[in-house]
Amino acid sequence: MTYLDHAATTPILPEVAAAVTAEQRHLGNPSSPHAAGRQARRRVEESRERLAAALRADPFEVIFTAGGTEADNLAVKGIYWARRSADPHRNRILASPVEHHAVLDTVRWLADHQGARADWLPVDAVGRVAPDALRAALVADPGSVALVTVMWANNEIGTVQPVTELAAIAREYGVPFHTDAVQAVGALPVDFAASGTDALSLSGHKLGGPLGCGALLLRREVACTPVLHGGGQERDIRSGTLNAPALVGLAVAVERAVAAQPASAVRLSALRDRLVAGVRTRVPEAVLNGDPVHRLPGNAHLTFPGCAGDALLLLLDAAGIECSTGAACATGVVRPSHVLLAVGADDRTARSALRFSLGWSSTEADVAAVCEIIGPAVQRARKAGAADGPPG
Amino acid sequence: MSGGVDSAVAAARAVDAGLDVVGVHLALSTGPGGAGGAAGGRGRHGCCTPEDARDARRAADALGIPFYVWDLAERFAAEVVDDFVAEYAAGRTPNPCLRCNERIKFAAVLDRALALGFDAVVTGHHARLAGGVLRRSADPAKDQSYVLAVLRPEQLAHAMFPLGDSTKAEVRAEAARRGLAVATKPDSHDICFIADGDTRAFLAGRLGERPGDIVDAETGEVVGGHDGSFGFTVGQRRGLRIGRPAADGRPRYVLDIAPVGNTITVGPGELLAVTEVVGVRPVWTAGAPPAERFDCVVQLRAHGLVSPAAVEVGVGGVVARLREPQRGVAAGQAIVLYAGDVVLGSATIEGTGR
Ligand SMILES: Cc1ncc(COP(=O)(O)O)c(C=O)c1O
Repeated sequence: MTYLDHAATTPILPEVAAAVTAEQRHLGNPSSPHAAGRQARRRVEESRERLAAALRADPFEVIFTAGGTEADNLAVKGIYWARRSADPHRNRILASPVEHHAVLDTVRWLADHQGARADWLPVDAVGRVAPDALRAALVADPGSVALVTVMWANNEIGTVQPVTELAAIAREYGVPFHTDAVQAVGALPVDFAASGTDALSLSGHKLGGPLGCGALLLRREVACTPVLHGGGQERDIRSGTLNAPALVGLAVAVERAVAAQPASAVRLSALRDRLVAGVRTRVPEAVLNGDPVHRLPGNAHLTFPGCAGDALLLLLDAAGIECSTGAACATGVVRPSHVLLAVGADDRTARSALRFSLGWSSTEADVAAVCEIIGPAVQRARKAGAADGPPG
Repeated sequence: MSGGVDSAVAAARAVDAGLDVVGVHLALSTGPGGAGGAAGGRGRHGCCTPEDARDARRAADALGIPFYVWDLAERFAAEVVDDFVAEYAAGRTPNPCLRCNERIKFAAVLDRALALGFDAVVTGHHARLAGGVLRRSADPAKDQSYVLAVLRPEQLAHAMFPLGDSTKAEVRAEAARRGLAVATKPDSHDICFIADGDTRAFLAGRLGERPGDIVDAETGEVVGGHDGSFGFTVGQRRGLRIGRPAADGRPRYVLDIAPVGNTITVGPGELLAVTEVVGVRPVWTAGAPPAERFDCVVQLRAHGLVSPAAVEVGVGGVVARLREPQRGVAAGQAIVLYAGDVVLGSATIEGTGR
């Protein structure tokens, strides 16, 4: 099997699996005051500290969640609600149009049901938000903005945003800045304190950790209304019994991924470049999408003109190569990606894309496997693409 | 794999036959309210049958075959739904299942499959196919050869119907034996793109209300009104808003639909009987008609209206003289020609005569 879909989920690191299994044998609700509870709490708090240290955050700033989607929802809804109830005039959300659905659909929902105004920031042809564009959106009436949300790195086309610059501009105007760093943590250097961001989402299963856990890093002074009400376990901002095994695993995964990041970025970007070059030798028309420079090391997102992405995926799947078309709905329908549409692709081009994403388990053999099959697969998928065309 | 019991068992039999099988579910609807309905109310493309898609996926899992959803919503809208609406608007009665087989399952899907290196499209239709000869199902009550009779030889050459020799009861029993969860799933009867089954409301939504008169065929009098001549079919008795009963007290039926004058003509049942049917755009399963004139059996609706007939093949069409007059023959339906249980071909009904 050739697994090239690390942006969807990563294989769990063996030491993470061991830590999770060990913790699963322990009894105790971290909120219980007795000895078992205290010990569970201690391991969760140690994990919080380790995670915070790895990302240069304060432990108090770590709010554990059940994943990236929850962290994104909490940040966007929570900050919006808090800021708006403090001042009803603050109802604008400035967001990039290339956000993951966890942010995108949250913003849309707030606009449709909670009186928010969504202002989509312009992006260039590689999906980057220009700092000047953010400034322009803020300058006229910064008092009306509830928050800015721009992802650190794009999960589809791999483009890395100038997050530090954007966050600095938002701070100049006194507006909180959230970033979805689900794809960035472990892939790029992420320093919460130095980034100047006010809220940052991360997810365990994207960096060698367990599924169903994540965190929102939230600066102390940023008000955030809860989405989940209950026992108030996480700073009264997030409720729910703490998932000690997953959180212990999360901390190990973040620590390992961050420690390995400088070396793995070098290794993966070299591997990725060979993959892209190998594909383009065999399919010269293939187009690399996203920013060629400011790019996730493991991301190779390509369009294959005239091919249907889902046809290509089927053929590669049959050959044991696992990759992604980028976007599919719950039913499994491949749909044109909103990211590609936002960077100016037409509907057909947007459906002709394939994403290979490399991670800690990727090897030279994976690249070779793709290079071997891609030529004939594209030939076939092109015929299928022609068959898909308008009725002839 | 629609998510129903027939296609699940058809797939199982194809796997048993040693073929290299991939399950495909077709996403055919573009409407909102589907699987992606939570996304701020946008109609998400091609997602509307999350439950059926899941059932199909679970059947594929049980068989251990790969499973994909193919989005044919655009093609389906253009070639089946728009055609359905246009046909009704023109006063005809379309059969969308037949159109879907002709243009989607054994055209768009087949072309794509062939391009990807597959050899055939396997479906759970109840009909027999061997050596290019299409025949009725072993289960007369479930026979679907009528909606497959539009297929040309080159389409049939790449089709497989593994259920042809089985009754529906046998298929269900086999599904249960194989542990397929869809074994007890009810059959679908309605038109798949009209979820609530209200065809008239669907058409009114697409075409708008167009009030007009209902005219008595014998007296020429206006006896009632309607909201649009679409949505009626020849032979229909129910759902007519007729103010007064007929002088003779007998029920009245739709005899004719005239979209140009927007009138529906009604009359007594005996005026419905036709003895001659003209069909256009013929398709011959063997590539050519068996002869210029021949005797056969014709079927004029998906369920029923069967009669022996003498058929004459002309330029671009067929004329069938029915040995037994039939009531309720509607333009737009197919006339399917059978020799015994063998499908010879079909044509689209254009007109009738008495
Ligand atoms: C950029 C981005 N944000 C959010 C998410 C959602 O994270 P999770 O799967 O942990 O809910 C993902 C993963 O698909 C992602 O790539």
